[in-house]
Amino acid sequence: MADDGQRTGPGTLAITTLTSVTLLFLLAPVVIIVILSFSGAEFLRFPPPSLSLRWYERFLGAVAWRRAILVSTEVASLTTLLATGLGLLASLALVRGRFRGKGALYAFVLSPMIVPTVITAIALYFFFSRLRATGSVVAMALGHTVLALPVVVIIIVATLQGFDLRLEQAALSLGASRMTALRRITLPLILPGIFSAALFAFLTSFDELLIALFLSGSEIQTLTVRIWNSLLLEVDPTIAAVSAFLIGLTSLVLGASALARRRGEAPEG
Amino acid sequence: MTGERREALRHALLLVPALLLLVALFAYPLAGIVNRSVYRNGYTLDAYRQVIGVSVYVQVIARTFRTAALVTLLCLAMGYPVAYRLATLRPRTARLLMIVVVLPFFTSVIVRTYAWMVLLGRTGLVNEALTALGLTRAPLPLLYNQAGVLVGMTYVLLPYMVLTLYSVMRGIDGGLIRAAHSLGASRFQAFRRIFLPLSLPGVAGGTLLVFILSLGFFITPALMGGPSDVMIAMLIEREVEITLNWAFASALAVILLALTLIGFVGYNRIIRLERVFEGRG
Repeated sequence: MADDGQRTGPGTLAITTLTSVTLLFLLAPVVIIVILSFSGAEFLRFPPPSLSLRWYERFLGAVAWRRAILVSTEVASLTTLLATGLGLLASLALVRGRFRGKGALYAFVLSPMIVPTVITAIALYFFFSRLRATGSVVAMALGHTVLALPVVVIIIVATLQGFDLRLEQAALSLGASRMTALRRITLPLILPGIFSAALFAFLTSFDELLIALFLSGSEIQTLTVRIWNSLLLEVDPTIAAVSAFLIGLTSLVLGASALARRRGEAPEG
Repeated sequence: MTGERREALRHALLLVPALLLLVALFAYPLAGIVNRSVYRNGYTLDAYRQVIGVSVYVQVIARTFRTAALVTLLCLAMGYPVAYRLATLRPRTARLLMIVVVLPFFTSVIVRTYAWMVLLGRTGLVNEALTALGLTRAPLPLLYNQAGVLVGMTYVLLPYMVLTLYSVMRGIDGGLIRAAHSLGASRFQAFRRIFLPLSLPGVAGGTLLVFILSLGFFITPALMGGPSDVMIAMLIEREVEITLNWAFASALAVILLALTLIGFVGYNRIIRLERVFEGRG
């Protein structure tokens, strides 16, 4: 709905003020943590009295933190591969297929987003304990795939719904096989959507705590699990640097995804 | 045509790998929890009796509902004006401001919780500002109590409310509002009689979504709450990790799961979940 041009009046002013305050409430903590991560002080005071990279040294200089980044990256990469692959196929089925119970199956695929992660996490913990497979990157990645799958499906389904089916039909009428049409026409055109889905799958896994916590071992800990263990003891300023790192990753994913989508839209003007 | 039917069926088969994964690693483990909650050397409802029979546990459930209700109200009160403003702005401006909603939305929950732990601490920015303004002499206890839990949870869940409301409000035809104006309605009348009723599905959907997500919240109340702010999800974790009473933990999980799924079915009737996440902009 577009603005009707009348912006004056006490009601409008009140809403604009409320909106500004709420948007500030949403943005300020993220910005403040990033600023504080460059603090030179021993305690996290705002504004920081001096700037330094000491907390980044503490973070990236420690073997344990570096190993955690590595574990998180391994888990997230495997999750991305699995979730994007399975999610792409599932999305094609959900958009192109016609079968009974499609709505219910779609809801089932989305349901891991709604079920409290604590429950999914303990269910997976019981499950992998019996297989003696906790404390492994593969178990964590499989658990994260359950959470990332709905994210991937939502993004690719939206992309497929915006895809002009006539382009594929044109290829078919010109003699291309189903497989060729999919490979040469459809996939390249929905590639920005697939790329964006993969990025969000990676982020979902990298940011996730509970499944990683229950499936972690003493040696295999993700970045978020280490943050959690550290915060249970004290509010350590090193975590500000770790947080800024994760906020940076989120910004990168949002930026790259927006860019990919704009590229994808460009040919149609 | 049979060819077309075969084509539709072949597409349906593409869903199988994802379903296999979800059945093996989601549905089956969840069924395992249901089984654990009723089976201990034979079928029994002991674990459920324990939940209902001990007043501490009933209190935890009541507190969880109260906290979820408060958080939902706060999110609605803060989220509605924002979604309304964004939906009535020019799309370009709205998309730009939407970044402010989306950036925290996609930031790890533990990072967002940590940020508020820093802000609300004794020497945190909030207490410093209150003292500097002369509003309080000594630092207020804002962390490790219910206030901390409410601020933290509202912060984490507010984007869900804004995105749900926005996805509905964006679809409201501006022509209807202009028609009301041209027929002599004041701005407030047009809002109350036209916009507000049309936005109610968003209100219902957002309220339900935030409420069911609040019920299962763990990370934020565990880190920002005090000893007396235990919620269901924390109780479940504690029973699994510390008390090792898996049957009891499972019974609690089944109760929480049932409540959540009832909420989800209701939500799905009102709003399509996928539309909310497409509002990312």
